[in-house]
Amino acid sequence: MKNYLILRVITKLLIPFILLFGLYVQMHGDYGPGGGFQAGVIFASAFILYAIVFDVRIARKVMPMWLLTILSCVGVLLYCGVGIATLIYGGNFLEYGVLSSIPSSGNHIGILIIEIGVGIAVAAVILLIFFSLAGRR
Amino acid sequence: MIFVFVTGCFAIWLKDLVASTIILGIYSLIMATIWVVLDAVDVAFTEAAVGAGVTTALLLFAIWLTGKSEKKVNRIQWGAILGVILTGSLLIYGTIGMPDFGDPSAPAQIHISPYYLQNSLAETKAPNAVTAVLASYRGFDTLGEVTVIFTAGIGVLALLSGFRKRRKREKGVIQE
Repeated sequence: MKNYLILRVITKLLIPFILLFGLYVQMHGDYGPGGGFQAGVIFASAFILYAIVFDVRIARKVMPMWLLTILSCVGVLLYCGVGIATLIYGGNFLEYGVLSSIPSSGNHIGILIIEIGVGIAVAAVILLIFFSLAGRR
Repeated sequence: MIFVFVTGCFAIWLKDLVASTIILGIYSLIMATIWVVLDAVDVAFTEAAVGAGVTTALLLFAIWLTGKSEKKVNRIQWGAILGVILTGSLLIYGTIGMPDFGDPSAPAQIHISPYYLQNSLAETKAPNAVTAVLASYRGFDTLGEVTVIFTAGIGVLALLSGFRKRRKREKGVIQE
């Protein structure tokens, strides 16, 4: 799609806002609709848009496959890590209340961290699937 | 609802797979508006982002890799029709046993959701009760979901990257 000037310019303008919206949905998930899963998908869709309008190869340079593989593992491990951290602090697995002296704010911290883990894992896995499909030809 | 039905029928009826995919995207978008009408904003969000957005892109790329038109099937497959009718009638039979829409005495309304709605803000400081339930009360389920997504990614990676290596090897054999 090298010749579509309007598409290229509009995409360039839109991508920062899509990424920002993804971060907003991620961090605002406990106040409004949204959360890690939706944020990960929105974040990944910005990269997919970039790859469709420009080139998959350039998008792959921005987000190489090895980084995506590591990121997807990091997301899942962050989630499990919170569970193990609560075990170490003396609670049950994924009992976030023990993360802080006040159980309710501990719950809030736990939700934030695991949502970030979910977001990273979902974004990385969707991009992984997309790149391995799109890079075949 | 009528729009959902019509787009669903079109998606099955059309032989052009690209058109079917686009119509499936529209279907998801209409479903998202239905979720909004039913006050399920989080589900609507997911439906719009995943169903209408990413799935369409992934399906289009899969079609681009394989082929544009559906394979023609001439004879009628009675086994498949029987299976579809059986499952469909079982599902419809199941909906008869469901409580009425918006029934205040339904099990979903009286069992545990009042507890969540009343206590989730005080216990988790998360004003969005859906997030509180998903991440905190049902944290173990969400961990399972993330693991499922992770496994799907690993599976696709294993399938597709192995294929490319083998094809390269075959090309190398031909060139020799």
